[in-house]
Amino acid sequence: MAGETAAGEKKPGEKAAGKKKTGEKKPAEQKASQKAAGEKKKRVKKHHASRNPVLARGIGRYSRSAMYARKALYKRKYTAPETKIEKKKKEKPRATIIKPVGGDKNGGSRVVKLRKMPRYYPTEDVPRKLLSHGKKPFCQHKRRLRASITPGTVLILLTGRHRGKRVVFLKQLATGLLLVTGPLVINRVPLRRAHQKFVIATSTKVDISGVKIPKHLTDAYFKKKRLRKPKHQEGEIFDTEKEKYEITEQRKSDQKAVDSQVLAQIKKVPQLRGYLRSTFCLSNGVYPHKLVF
Amino acid sequence: VFKRFVEIGRVAFISFGPHAGKLVAIVDVIDQNRALVDGPCSGVRRQAMPFKCMQLTDFVLKFPHSARQKCVRLAWEKENINEKWAATRWAKKIEAREKKAKMTDFDRYKVMKAKKMRNRIIKHEMKKLQKMSSKKGKKPEKPEKPEKSEKAQKSEKVRKAQKAPK
Repeated sequence: MAGETAAGEKKPGEKAAGKKKTGEKKPAEQKASQKAAGEKKKRVKKHHASRNPVLARGIGRYSRSAMYARKALYKRKYTAPETKIEKKKKEKPRATIIKPVGGDKNGGSRVVKLRKMPRYYPTEDVPRKLLSHGKKPFCQHKRRLRASITPGTVLILLTGRHRGKRVVFLKQLATGLLLVTGPLVINRVPLRRAHQKFVIATSTKVDISGVKIPKHLTDAYFKKKRLRKPKHQEGEIFDTEKEKYEITEQRKSDQKAVDSQVLAQIKKVPQLRGYLRSTFCLSNGVYPHKLVF
Repeated sequence: VFKRFVEIGRVAFISFGPHAGKLVAIVDVIDQNRALVDGPCSGVRRQAMPFKCMQLTDFVLKFPHSARQKCVRLAWEKENINEKWAATRWAKKIEAREKKAKMTDFDRYKVMKAKKMRNRIIKHEMKKLQKMSSKKGKKPEKPEKPEKSEKAQKSEKVRKAQKAPK
């Protein structure tokens, strides 16, 4: 109790206690007054000593209600000043909207509620889920990249239709997949995504520092497109879905733009072009764990 | 039957253990299995070493038994053992083995291309000689000469291929 009042004194004692001067706290007063001089003039000059004498440790002379009266808290009620933003915010959001309606003799428009009442109330309330910790959605996952894979590294693809081909690494995309190019003229591998885990990183590097990769090459650009509008009967759906993948003009132009820069760097290293053209294979007596890549 | 003997001053190559791959000189024999050994110019402190892990080389130094390290070092440097060792086939084989193990994927490709080119040249010469011999009847032409020149070319190519990325 005594501790509480001492702490409580500091804040509300701002205006009233400024005038009171107890003999006990003179050096403290001087310090406080000096401090206050630097601060606003409204601020407290000194804090009053505890108005609740201590009988024994933890026991004060006066009760809560007596202290309320002694500290004159009935006079000191504060609210935070209303900021300009709050004043502006008093405008309520729109509840309804007027939408035009077609058809004859319909009255032209309807008033539509923007936030509708729920159409279904479950008989039992859904139980509250327990708090979980650290479970992030995929987009917020931490992406790692092996230290051996740096821009310009020659990678060996291990899976997919281009397995065994040696390919130049460009950059890591936002989902963590690696953007990779053949280049196309060398080994028929276009600008493509590859997974870090299904790739061997060799120690051969091409200097790609000067190569500028267009910024629109993101995961969304490479994602497979699937039609999902089965408005018609089911028999027709199988025809409309893209069975044949067509190379768009944009892909071709992007490929050219990137490859021309990369090829220039590849030509500087002797035999690198032939190396990228060749495929990786194992034969008798060749053990991957013994190979230095 | 035996050409290399354990004697004071014999230079030995350590085949396994913490000092594997280094050269030492035998300074003294302790008992049937161990020798006092010192390698001042190869970074081996004077210590006892079992004979089993030593392989004798052709080099012998001249210093008295239990000579101190300074004498061993002098004798070693006088005979220029380090250079002589590097020139032996033994040391070259070791070096080639190490290089092969360190080959990267790109190096392997370059070696493959060099080998292929070399074999083509050899085959070409062989075919030429065979043709000549079959035309002129039985004349056992020996195609050794072009092979040797090809071998020299290949080793150069391989070394170039291995040195280039480094």
